[in-house]
Amino acid sequence: MEKSLHDIENLTRDDLELILATSEQFREISERRVKKVPTLRGKTICLFFIENSTRTRISFELAAKRMSADLINFSASTSSLQKGESLTDTVKTIMAMGVDLFVIRHSAPGSSRRVEQVAGVPVINAGDGPHAHPTQALLDLFTIYRHKKKIEGLKVAIIGDIYHSRVARSNIFSLTRMGAEVVLCGPPTLIPREIEKLGVQVTYSVDEACKMADVIMCLRMQLERQQSGMFPSMREYIQLYRIDEKRVSLAKDDVIIMHPGPMNRGVEIIPEIAYHHRSVIEEQVTNGVATRMALFYLLLGRGNEETAD
Amino acid sequence: MKKKIADQAQVSKLISECVEGLSRYLVDGKTVFIGIQTRGAVLAKRMIRELAAQGRDFPLGILDITLYRDDFTQVGKSPVVRETRIDFDIEDQVVILVDDVLYTGRTIRAALDEITDFGRPRQVKLAVLIDRGGRELPIQADVCGQQVKTSDGEVKVMMKETDGEDAVFLIRGEDK
Repeated sequence: MEKSLHDIENLTRDDLELILATSEQFREISERRVKKVPTLRGKTICLFFIENSTRTRISFELAAKRMSADLINFSASTSSLQKGESLTDTVKTIMAMGVDLFVIRHSAPGSSRRVEQVAGVPVINAGDGPHAHPTQALLDLFTIYRHKKKIEGLKVAIIGDIYHSRVARSNIFSLTRMGAEVVLCGPPTLIPREIEKLGVQVTYSVDEACKMADVIMCLRMQLERQQSGMFPSMREYIQLYRIDEKRVSLAKDDVIIMHPGPMNRGVEIIPEIAYHHRSVIEEQVTNGVATRMALFYLLLGRGNEETAD
Repeated sequence: MKKKIADQAQVSKLISECVEGLSRYLVDGKTVFIGIQTRGAVLAKRMIRELAAQGRDFPLGILDITLYRDDFTQVGKSPVVRETRIDFDIEDQVVILVDDVLYTGRTIRAALDEITDFGRPRQVKLAVLIDRGGRELPIQADVCGQQVKTSDGEVKVMMKETDGEDAVFLIRGEDK
C-alpha cells in the first residue's frame, strides 16, 4: 500500500483484499466489553474537516479513539479558511505540534495530496469535493463482502446523480478492480459522458439496472450541487429513479440495499425500503468504524521505514 | 543447523503431559482455555480434545495479540491481524492461557493485557509446550511440556494443522 489514501485508483487488488481482511478483524473489537485496543498509543491523528460532515467525522473520531490514538479536531467553515497558501500554513502550524496522520475533508479536489506534500505524514482523504471518497467506497466494499462472501461477478447497480458523486466514482474503481459488474443508472444529464471507459455499463432504465442485481446502491441527491440546471425536476426524478418495493422486487431475492447517507427520505429511496430487512444502511455505518480503524492501523504501522526517509 | 528434538509421538506425549500438569487447575464449568494465535490456538484445541475424551468439556477462545504488541512502532510493516474470538464470559473464570514457545515473555504480557480487556478472570494459568528460557519480563509458565536450553538457537514448533506435521525443531546458525 502507498503511504496515504487519496483515492481508490492507486490501490491494487491485493491492497483491497488486505483492507477487507483487516477490517474484518477490527469489527470484532467494537463488540468487546472494552471497545478499545492500545495499538496507536502515542500517535496523534488530526481530523481536518473544512467541509461539513457528521457521520464520516464521527466515524473517524471513534475509529481513532478505539485505537487509542490522540485526536485533534480541526474544523473551519469554507469561508474562513481560503484554499492554497493558507491551507498550507494551517497544516504547517498543526504539524509543528506533532501529528502522525491527517484525515482531510475539503471541497477542492486534490487537497489531500497537497496536505501530504506539506505535512509529509500519511493522509487519508475523507472526501475532496466531487473527486473521491475512498473510505466510503472501502466500507461499502467491506459491507458487500460480508454479505456476499465475494465481490467478483456480483451485479451492483449504482443509482442516482453519478455526475456529482464522489461516492459513485470511488465505488466504481473499487468494485471493478475486484471484478464486480457495475451498472450505473440515473438521469442522462447526471451521468458523465464516456464513463463506460471505466469498465461500467450505463442504463437510463432503473428497472433494467435493478433486474437481477445483487446490490442496489442508492446515492444521495445532492441538492446543494444542483444549480447548473442538470437536474430534471424533483417530481420527474422521483417517478423515474426512486427505489421502491416494485424496483427492489426485480432484483435477486438476496439483494442488499445500500445508501451512503444522509438520506433524502422519499427522494432517492422510500423509507420502507431504507428500513427493509434487505437494507444494510445501518450496517454500513457500523462497518465504517472498523474499516477506518483498519486504515489507521495499516497506514501508521510503518515504524522504522518512516524514520529511514 | 536444524535438529528435530521431538517427533509426532513425542509432541503428543508433551501435550498429554501438559494436560496432566493442568489437571489441578481445572474446575468444570469454571475453567476456559484461550490459545494464542496460531500454534497456541491449535495446542489449546488439542488439549481440550484430550480432556473431552475424559468426559470433560471446556470452552476454547482464540487470541491474536498483534494489536497489544509493545513494538508496533518498531516493526516495518503493520503485521497481519488475525482472528480473536472469545465467545464466552471470562469473568471469575480460571483462564488457561496456551502458547507453543515461551521465550522473552512479551507475547504473554500482551496476552494478559488483552485478556483483562475482556473481563476479570479469577486466575490466569500459563501452559506452554516448550520453555526456551531467555526471559525479558518476569513471566513464568505454570505448566511446561519441555525445557530447552538454547544459547544461540531458536525453537520452532510445528503443528499438523498449520505446518503439515507435528514436530519441534532446534534451529542454530544460518538456518535461523
